[in-house]
Amino acid sequence: MHFSTWRAFAIIVAAGIICALAIPNVLAPATFEALPSFFKRKMVLGLDLQGGSHLLLQVDGDFVRKEKGENLRDDVRRVLRETKIGYTNLALQGLTVSVRIREEKDIQEALRKLRELSQPLGGIFSGSNIQDLEITENAGLIRLTITQAGITQRLGQSVEQSIEIVRKRIDELGTREPSIQRQGLDRILVQVPGLDNPKRLIDLIGQTAKLTFRMVDLTVSPQQAQAQPPADSELLQSNEGQPYVIEKRVVVAGEDLIDAQPATDQRTGEWVVNFRFNSAGARRFANATRDNVGRPFAIVLDNKVISAPVIREPILGGSGQISGNFTAQTANDLAILLRAGALPAPLTVIEERTVGAGLGEDSIQAGLKAAWIGSLFVIVFMLVTYGLFGLFANIAVAVNVGMILGILSLLGATLTLPGIAGIVLTVGIAVDSNVLIYERIREEVRAGRSAISALNAGFDRALATILDSNLTTFIAAAVLFYVGTGPVRGFAVTFGVGILTTLFTAFTFTRLLVALWYHWWRPKTLPI
Amino acid sequence: MRIPLLRLVPDDTKIDFVQFRRLSFPLSALLSILAVLAYFHFGLNLGIDFKGGTIIEVQGKSAKVDIAPMRAALEKLELGEVQLQQFGDNEVLIRVAQQPGGDAAQQAVVTKVRAALGDTVEYRRVEVVGPRVSAELLGYGIVGLFLAIIGILIYLWFRFEWQFALGAMIANVHDIVLTIGFMSITQIDFDLTSVAALLTILGYSLNDTVVIYDRIRELLRKYKRMPMRELLNAGVNQTLSRSVITHLTVTLALIALLIWGGRAIHGFAAVMTFGVVLVGTYTSVFIAAPMLMYLGVGAHRERETGTDKQ
Repeated sequence: MHFSTWRAFAIIVAAGIICALAIPNVLAPATFEALPSFFKRKMVLGLDLQGGSHLLLQVDGDFVRKEKGENLRDDVRRVLRETKIGYTNLALQGLTVSVRIREEKDIQEALRKLRELSQPLGGIFSGSNIQDLEITENAGLIRLTITQAGITQRLGQSVEQSIEIVRKRIDELGTREPSIQRQGLDRILVQVPGLDNPKRLIDLIGQTAKLTFRMVDLTVSPQQAQAQPPADSELLQSNEGQPYVIEKRVVVAGEDLIDAQPATDQRTGEWVVNFRFNSAGARRFANATRDNVGRPFAIVLDNKVISAPVIREPILGGSGQISGNFTAQTANDLAILLRAGALPAPLTVIEERTVGAGLGEDSIQAGLKAAWIGSLFVIVFMLVTYGLFGLFANIAVAVNVGMILGILSLLGATLTLPGIAGIVLTVGIAVDSNVLIYERIREEVRAGRSAISALNAGFDRALATILDSNLTTFIAAAVLFYVGTGPVRGFAVTFGVGILTTLFTAFTFTRLLVALWYHWWRPKTLPI
Repeated sequence: MRIPLLRLVPDDTKIDFVQFRRLSFPLSALLSILAVLAYFHFGLNLGIDFKGGTIIEVQGKSAKVDIAPMRAALEKLELGEVQLQQFGDNEVLIRVAQQPGGDAAQQAVVTKVRAALGDTVEYRRVEVVGPRVSAELLGYGIVGLFLAIIGILIYLWFRFEWQFALGAMIANVHDIVLTIGFMSITQIDFDLTSVAALLTILGYSLNDTVVIYDRIRELLRKYKRMPMRELLNAGVNQTLSRSVITHLTVTLALIALLIWGGRAIHGFAAVMTFGVVLVGTYTSVFIAAPMLMYLGVGAHRERETGTDKQ
């Protein structure tokens, strides 16, 4: 039961500092902002407590694979045409493009050119040997297969681009502090606090928003096209179901837009979206409209025709207007989508969890109430059972909870309702370490030891048990952290941190309290 | 005058816990069989985390909400299985089964329900889990339980002899089987939170078992000639007071969660109370410790030379 002065001091200071880390949580926002950056850490309330929307989005991997394959097929065609090598049977099957070279003498040249299509992964300078294509040749049949690594990389790029675009779109909604993170290989986790109805958000995120300006094909009627579509055109519909035959060739695409704003048309008073092209887009649009005065062109968004106006005069200024039965909101949303750009691949919401602010507030109240009442029960019980030593245990447990909150603040951890439950349970388990120690001391007293010797033996022998029993529980908490998501992970964090602080207080703080008391009073017998 | 401190367990109890195995082992075997039967008969009531589907929690804007017109309005939507459950006067929990047609189809449910119920209610919680996520979460949950059991087994193996690790694991599996049986009978939602509850029960029950085993190990070193039966009984009896007191404190904390913690963690608290309070303690005292009789702990002790310190 001996603590050197500096050791006692170190223990108290360490516990004090860790507890003090929890203080920023209760400061007024203005005071919190004034703190030096190191102390500007606090717990984040989980969406289940503050209300908000949690959305898990999945990037369409099949789309990415299909697109990568089609691009490869187009590249092969382009390369062979440019080098004037005769070929037949160009085909795409899954991730493999195969092509037969007509003349045997061209095979080596074709292989050399096609090999240039293959890119080393991780950048040219990384020196890695992994390529995104695998190329084989057998009797004039060349097969180019996209490697798994190539697909993974492309998927990764799509996810990163999608995150940027989703972020732009969400920022436009003006919600507070959205969190947008990549999760796993092909997923994006979006968390928006304070959002009661994510319908509009989901609509905004869920649209690919691929915008193209194309000419309407007047050589065939939609009915004829339905039976047999021309090679270079496709049959598309408007939102109202009106069919159009649209050329596949894109005049200008959404990438060339530099601005889009909702507005009302001065003459008709209806909602429209005004847009502006960059210089390259403006030039192409000017050329196309000059050559096609009197013909209709189509504005196509995600394979739906928004409108198909007739070109009355060349549009040379690089700006224009989209009309199409918009309301103020739909015009605004379209403008947001156009400004943020198109997603590289469609996104699907595969999980949604939304908690209204009212329920969150109720949960906080319920959680706090349970925590206070549970603690009160335990405090009274310990006092009744162990008297003065019960008081020591209660002080130690209070310090323990303070330290849990401090560490959670330092980590910037998320506090969820199950997390609060974890703290309540920790109070139970932290008390257990004291019970183990005290019961041991009682035993040693019964065995006839003197006060100081019983204290020493009690602490020493109980600590090994405390270590073993807490570490096994900690394994369960660690696994839970690993497999859990959201609120459950919040439980694992508080529970795990609670076990560690319990070990700390049991090994140092409780012992110090008892030691200080003993050295002050020098009792002959222990009141336990 | 001094106020006497509470002694729940008298000093120096000499209860023959090992003898109780004649009762506790058949009882546990019977309960385990019943639990397995309950699982196969009733099945777990898989929540949307594992089954997919939609949960919508609404609160009526008036003081009392009538569930019948709501049910009628929702049944017109033809969304398959729709369950409504009323809590209190004006809260209703709506569950819609997973829709055919993949992840995108699930989202449409919320839109339709919102359109059908309109502004008469406040939407307090909406959860939609698609088929892909629910399958993964189930996988994670199962893997998690196994990982935890194996991790704990390895730890115990390092710290104790293998017989202790085996005994603790049998006790563990027993706890989990009984708790799953309990959940099958009560039809409490089995979701990610339940997995958290199961893992915590595991942790607590082990905590207890380890404390008793720790004492048995200590006694094994100290009394090299004491008959095994006497030794196991001594281990349990000497830690009995601690077992009782700790369980009371944990029970107090759990009761607070169960009564005041709110509905969101009610199921969690209920499962924990069953697992920790009813099963965990019983297992450590009546199963885990007597089990060591059969696992050959200290079988080689008699051959060792050495004198008892006593």
